[in-house]
Amino acid sequence: MHETPLSRACDKLLLVQAEFDGELDAAEAAALAAHRRECPVCQAAAQALLSARRLMRDGFYQPAPDEVRQRILARLDAAQPVLPAMPRRWRMRGWWSAGIGFGLGAGCAVALALLIAVPSAPDLTRELVAGHIRALQPGHLEDVVSTDKHTVKPWFDGRLDFAPPVRDLRADGFPLIGGRLDYVDGRAVAALVYQRDKHIIDLYVWPEVHTGGRSPEMAEYHGYNVVHWVWNGMTFWAVSDVETGQLSDFAKAWQHAA
Amino acid sequence: MPDRRRAFGLRRSKAAPARSDSFTAAILPQLDAAYNLARWLMRDATAAEDVVQEAMLRALTYFPSFRSGNARGWLLQIVRNTAYDALKLDRSARFVPLAGTAAEGDEESGIDLPSDADDPEVTLIKSRDQHWLHEVLGGLPVELRETLVLRELEELSYKEIAEVTQTPIGTVMSRLWRARRALMQAVADQERSHA
Repeated sequence: MHETPLSRACDKLLLVQAEFDGELDAAEAAALAAHRRECPVCQAAAQALLSARRLMRDGFYQPAPDEVRQRILARLDAAQPVLPAMPRRWRMRGWWSAGIGFGLGAGCAVALALLIAVPSAPDLTRELVAGHIRALQPGHLEDVVSTDKHTVKPWFDGRLDFAPPVRDLRADGFPLIGGRLDYVDGRAVAALVYQRDKHIIDLYVWPEVHTGGRSPEMAEYHGYNVVHWVWNGMTFWAVSDVETGQLSDFAKAWQHAA
Repeated sequence: MPDRRRAFGLRRSKAAPARSDSFTAAILPQLDAAYNLARWLMRDATAAEDVVQEAMLRALTYFPSFRSGNARGWLLQIVRNTAYDALKLDRSARFVPLAGTAAEGDEESGIDLPSDADDPEVTLIKSRDQHWLHEVLGGLPVELRETLVLRELEELSYKEIAEVTQTPIGTVMSRLWRARRALMQAVADQERSHA
């Protein structure tokens, strides 16, 4: 059985190291200093520790090269679109703690018999709003530009594994202006683009696993309104900066057009 | 209501959280530290980049659970776990003899101390061969290497190193000693061969 090297040299060596690393309090350091004056092993050890540190701190640090940093940042941004600072309460709050802090005028809600609900998990809402904002960048809005639903609907054939219902709501003041493919919630979805005056409404559509209908629910995020409903095996999310009442009208008009 | 909540909740886990301002402010300044640790753990630039990328994505996902405090230690622990996953190492603390007790593989003599006649600076200059020194550090067992990197390059305290490596402080101290001793031993050996 070998004697341990540390104890063989001096049983205070780990203390010498701790002092060297700034881990001793004043009393411990004073006690060690008294020992060190008498102990050549500890004196030499302190010197050796310093030499080791100088070696290490000269050219051993390997910071992220610029191109690596850029690739990593790009990957982080691709993981999820970056939005301006999101409301802290959304980030900090668990999905179960649904709040009613989001608003919609109560009278409006009652009149439309909307279920007022805050999406308790904001990630999908955030993703949809981000998608909407991205689509508003020049050239990103529509893949198929047409006010004719008979042009827009067939365009999705072969591009999606479902056939999204397409309606023109021109009579209700929401003309269809086109459609595009988007990627939401881990799947390819249809985005139908409508116009209200100068405002754009994106209507995201994809099959909903739950059957049966669901009355519209509304939320607000970063100044964008989001209305969600389920109908006939499809889930619908309308996103726009039009005011809540108009977006509710849009949802209602869509359902009445059925 | 519960049904609707569930419907929302189900979607939640699929999307990673966005890179928020607070993530940018707290975590991104630690990217160099993350890369440095990954570089020394993986000993390969490409593997290190993969590890950092994965670790940053994990950090983004876990960030809501991060309470203000030691962002560097928090991220480095994620980097270490990611690197250990990549190296297929058991990241949990392995049993290591306590400081001051006999340890397997510890039979070589204590730190090779430069003689009093040797000026440490001269020793340094004579042995200054960065590539060779990198090989020496890279050749240390991973648990010694990470401890030394966290202490000397990231300048973490013993307590922080203990947290990052999920190791008792006594073990941190003995690993640090063994790592430094091995480094100085290698330098002394090279001195001798050049003498």
